[in-house]
Amino acid sequence: MATVGSVASVAFKQQYIPAAKRGPITRLLEDERRLAFCLMLPTVVLLGLFIAYPFFNGILLAVTDTRVGVPGHFVGMDNFVKIWNDDIFHVAVWNTCLYTFVTTVFKLALGLSLALLLNRHFRGKAFIRAFILLPFIIPTVLSTFAWKWMFDPTFSVLNWMLFHAGIIHTRINWLGDPVMAMVSVIIVNVWRGVPFYAISLLAGLQTISPELHEAAAIDGARAWARFRHVTWPLLLPVTLVIVLFSVIQTFADFQLVYVLTGGGPANATQLFATYAYQLGIGTGLLSQGAAISLAIFPILLLVVIVQLVYIRRTETL
Amino acid sequence: MARVAMRSLNKKYDEVHAVIDVNLNIHDQEFVVLVGPSGCGKTTTLRMVAGLESITSGQVSIDEKVVNELPPMDRDIAMVFQNYALYPHMSVYDNMAFGLKMRKFDKPEIDKRVKVAADILGIQELLKRKPRQLSGGQRQRVALGRAIVRHPQVFLFDEPLSNLDAKLRVQMRVELKKLHERLGTTAIYVTHDQVEAMTLGDRVVVMRDGRVQQVGDPMELYNQPANRFVAGFIGSPAMNFAQVRIAAENGSLWAESEGLRIKVPAPITPRLGRYAGMEATLGVRPEDLRIAGAGDAKDLGFDVAIEVIERLGSEILLDVAVGSATMVASVEPTVTARVHERLRLAINPDRVHFFDNKTEAAI
Ligand SMILES: Nc1ncnc2c1ncn2[C@@H]1O[C@H](COP(=O)(O)OP(=O)(O)OP(=O)(O)O)[C@@H](O)[C@H]1O
Ligand SMILES: [Mg+2]
Repeated sequence: MATVGSVASVAFKQQYIPAAKRGPITRLLEDERRLAFCLMLPTVVLLGLFIAYPFFNGILLAVTDTRVGVPGHFVGMDNFVKIWNDDIFHVAVWNTCLYTFVTTVFKLALGLSLALLLNRHFRGKAFIRAFILLPFIIPTVLSTFAWKWMFDPTFSVLNWMLFHAGIIHTRINWLGDPVMAMVSVIIVNVWRGVPFYAISLLAGLQTISPELHEAAAIDGARAWARFRHVTWPLLLPVTLVIVLFSVIQTFADFQLVYVLTGGGPANATQLFATYAYQLGIGTGLLSQGAAISLAIFPILLLVVIVQLVYIRRTETL
Repeated sequence: MARVAMRSLNKKYDEVHAVIDVNLNIHDQEFVVLVGPSGCGKTTTLRMVAGLESITSGQVSIDEKVVNELPPMDRDIAMVFQNYALYPHMSVYDNMAFGLKMRKFDKPEIDKRVKVAADILGIQELLKRKPRQLSGGQRQRVALGRAIVRHPQVFLFDEPLSNLDAKLRVQMRVELKKLHERLGTTAIYVTHDQVEAMTLGDRVVVMRDGRVQQVGDPMELYNQPANRFVAGFIGSPAMNFAQVRIAAENGSLWAESEGLRIKVPAPITPRLGRYAGMEATLGVRPEDLRIAGAGDAKDLGFDVAIEVIERLGSEILLDVAVGSATMVASVEPTVTARVHERLRLAINPDRVHFFDNKTEAAI
């Protein structure tokens, strides 16, 4: 009996180490609140350093008349009044809204079509799926330079192709004409954004059971009806989240326009971010630049709230 | 009125020949069950009838009309899926109404049909709910409802009860049977559960590795299995098999193995004659074995040793050793037996089966 007992207690000890014998760190982390704190610390530090600090600094800056090299004084809402009365600012607001709306519509439509295509079975699908991600992977500045060259007034590959295909007869002044410049930045943004939409929507599509489509097919729904009554409603929650992300990003877009047109010609493609940069860094009016940046905030906040409310509603369907 | 016919139906995937030369004529109002082990091609066959799977070769016709190239919606069929496949974003009512809406029925007619179906299935209270707010059994009813509102020519069922617990399964089985009697719609039903097949089917089709093994009404399959596979698949507990040598002596045949020597019953003797001196498989169902009494013929009995006793209430299953082989015998619940006890079992001479060792066909 004695030997049996000691064997059992050895086995017991291996599984269970009494609290007193565990290391001091392990013991500290036993407490869930402390553990949660430790896990959150890196994120909090990063967010604080790179998001919250600049944000509050921006607010402080926006209520002074600081310029590059000139420490400012408190001026209250002066900067906001100034940009409110600034015609270029109005143009930038309108451009940003137009740019965001048009690109989002196209990105969604094209991304969804691509996702629907990729959700079918065909040869070489894996390859195409990888290929499609390319615009998303290449650094924006790099790919935008390539586009800039394609839009070049004299060497434009696009013009050359369209001309030889007989579609156009005179050169298109892609970046020089105010309307075409806007069209150009929209094209590049759509090109860059479609992969994100396609891949995310594809992930959403793959969560929809194929049996539902089969059931609908038997129920008499043709392809379009199956999309409208089954695929689309089931994809909607995912779509809304994707659109939300995309709208926020597009609204604050900078690199692409900065490289391609620099906001020109004559502010035709001036967006919030490019104008803030131009005024704040280019002209040195730091405080006014900060004020413009802050002006995005209430608009985006509104967009986010509307969409979040809508997402919650579709999720509780 | 709807007959369904399959002629030399084949389905090949890249690697697998899933369905091989299936020929089947299903009569109007008939309830036919496809049964077989997992992967035998039941679902594939059903999906070819539904139009969800392309046909490699052969023909499917509904009411004499070849439907090979028709899309599912034009075949006038309704299907109930194993996982119900209810539209998660629609209410129960809309789930049932969807097929009618797609077919442009007017509102009052849709309403009437959905209400009638809900009445039949006892789901009137659930019409406003979403599928996720329903239990498995309720979802199954809604799936059935979605099929019956359309008044289709043919119902197709793919293991519709396999996600339900045992008790509910038995209950739904009975309801399905009643529903079929009431509506009389031709039905093809897929299951891997032989009890479900036997209880539901007017005729049962046993499949294995893509081929039809036997088609017949349930008692036919039970009494006259066409081959060893059907014999072993139909019936629970499964049929006992024993390797025997057929020996001829004084004008009668004997089946012999270690621990077993039985006189082949007279009706079978002519058929078994050419196996004299050869091996064959003897098959006998547990319920056709009984404890030998004084009146039992000596040449139909053999001695066994009890290894395990399973008391099921309505019967007792004895796992017994016959020489080095084992068999199961189903005996009366009043039998008192002990493990390791030796006793003598007798075979019901009218219910002995023999199978060819090579072809596995019944002799
Ligand atoms: N899409 C497919 N591609 C390749 N092989 C398939 C496909 N669908 C089925 N098979 C193969 O075809 C054979 C028959 O499959 P099927 O689904 O008809 O079996 P089943 O009898 O319904 O089995 P279960 O009882 O498991 O549902 C299997 O070997 C399966 O692996
Ligand atoms: Mg199956």
